[in-house]
Amino acid sequence: MEQNKENMMVAALENGSVIDHIPTDKLFTVAQLLQLRDCKEEVVIANNLKSNVMNKKGLLKISGKFFNEEEISQLAVICPNIRLTVIKDYKVVEKREVLLPDTLTNIVKCANPVCITNNEPMKTVFYRKDKDTLKCRYCGKEQKLKDIKLK
Amino acid sequence: MIFDIYSISSDINMENRSIVSIADYGKEKIQYLLDMATEFEAHPNRQILKGKVVATLFFEPSTRTRLSFETAANRLGARVIGFTDPKVTSSSKGETLKDTIKMVSNYADVIVMRHKLEGAALYASEVTNVPIINAGDGSNLHPSQTMLDLYSIYKTQGTLENLNIYMVGDLKYGRTVHSLLMSMRKYNPTFHFIAPKELEMPEEYKLYCQQNNIKYIEQQDFTEDTIADADILYMTRVQRERFTDLMEYERVKDAYILRADMLGKCKDNMKILHPLPRVNEIEYDVDDSKHAYYFEQARNGLYAREALICDVLGITLDDIKNDTSII
Repeated sequence: MEQNKENMMVAALENGSVIDHIPTDKLFTVAQLLQLRDCKEEVVIANNLKSNVMNKKGLLKISGKFFNEEEISQLAVICPNIRLTVIKDYKVVEKREVLLPDTLTNIVKCANPVCITNNEPMKTVFYRKDKDTLKCRYCGKEQKLKDIKLK
Repeated sequence: MIFDIYSISSDINMENRSIVSIADYGKEKIQYLLDMATEFEAHPNRQILKGKVVATLFFEPSTRTRLSFETAANRLGARVIGFTDPKVTSSSKGETLKDTIKMVSNYADVIVMRHKLEGAALYASEVTNVPIINAGDGSNLHPSQTMLDLYSIYKTQGTLENLNIYMVGDLKYGRTVHSLLMSMRKYNPTFHFIAPKELEMPEEYKLYCQQNNIKYIEQQDFTEDTIADADILYMTRVQRERFTDLMEYERVKDAYILRADMLGKCKDNMKILHPLPRVNEIEYDVDDSKHAYYFEQARNGLYAREALICDVLGITLDDIKNDTSII
């Protein structure tokens, strides 16, 4: 029954994106990252929805919003394994699991104060070492995803 | 895995041959550079770089490394420009590293740089087509020191294979021991890490050893008996400022000092290395021992750096063997 309602919510979107499978404790972080407070389009923010996979989950439905790769990378850093659905003319045109990419360019800030990236006007580059660890291309220092600060 | 990212840096810089790290160099490349250094030791004075300009940009002061690089360039006939104190450069006016490198790239054929920030040399190599040689970027990398260490080991032992390498002192912050450890990974070494608890080898490097099947033994005792089986005794300085617990420093400060009377049981071929400067970790009476090698090690830096400068400029081992400009 819950699943049906959720499907209805997604299907009702004419054009836009649905972010599903958001961990409940990350929902408002994601909403803040996407600056939904300033969004003039129709936005649905749902939390603590029942989920077979995660027990409880968050969900965002944003009308008129289509994410570029940089925004998707940012989402992946904040909460890997979320599901992104793109809807056009009431139809699902793309559905994908957002995975942490192998390389993150100018998404993440290095936590090492003596890293060159914190002292020059330049892009940061991080490599995914494993599912929850990133490594700075320049200083070589590793950081856990949970401690990451976005640039 | 640690520092595997630097293999990517060398791929990117294929066209300009920069040397940011040698941690990813294979045996063949290491041997090639050792052979080059051997040639330069036989004939250090040449004109093979006549007409070339080498820039030495020392954004952070350094005596030994700068003198060694500048001597290497001069002895090969190059001219040297650069600075030794960033206070007198436009960096102090707020110029970015990128702008400084771009500017100097107009004048020099190769840039040797030291910088206090980690990753500075890699970034510099990305903003110019002039080859960069990393002469130390903060506590990160120092490939020319590693190269001269490898050359010193190779020269004194006749091989890099199957050696017992004892590292003593500050293994936590010692950049040179970390670089050497990684560069030796393909030569089946057995490492002994001798350090106080506060300065022991970091977990990430022990993990690196495990992942690369490098044998290592950790110990805190530094005695005549514990070093008896060493081929190389690599000494480092235990610095007071590294300790959070000064009582611990007082307790261990004299425990990692090498004295001549500790060399009675050591192997005949054993050599003592030290990246210098020495303070008190090697007693002066050791200097007269046949095992003391740290000053020769520093001299080897000249040949190693001659090799590195030529390599980034595309001068090959064959060019050096067939060089007619020897003085």
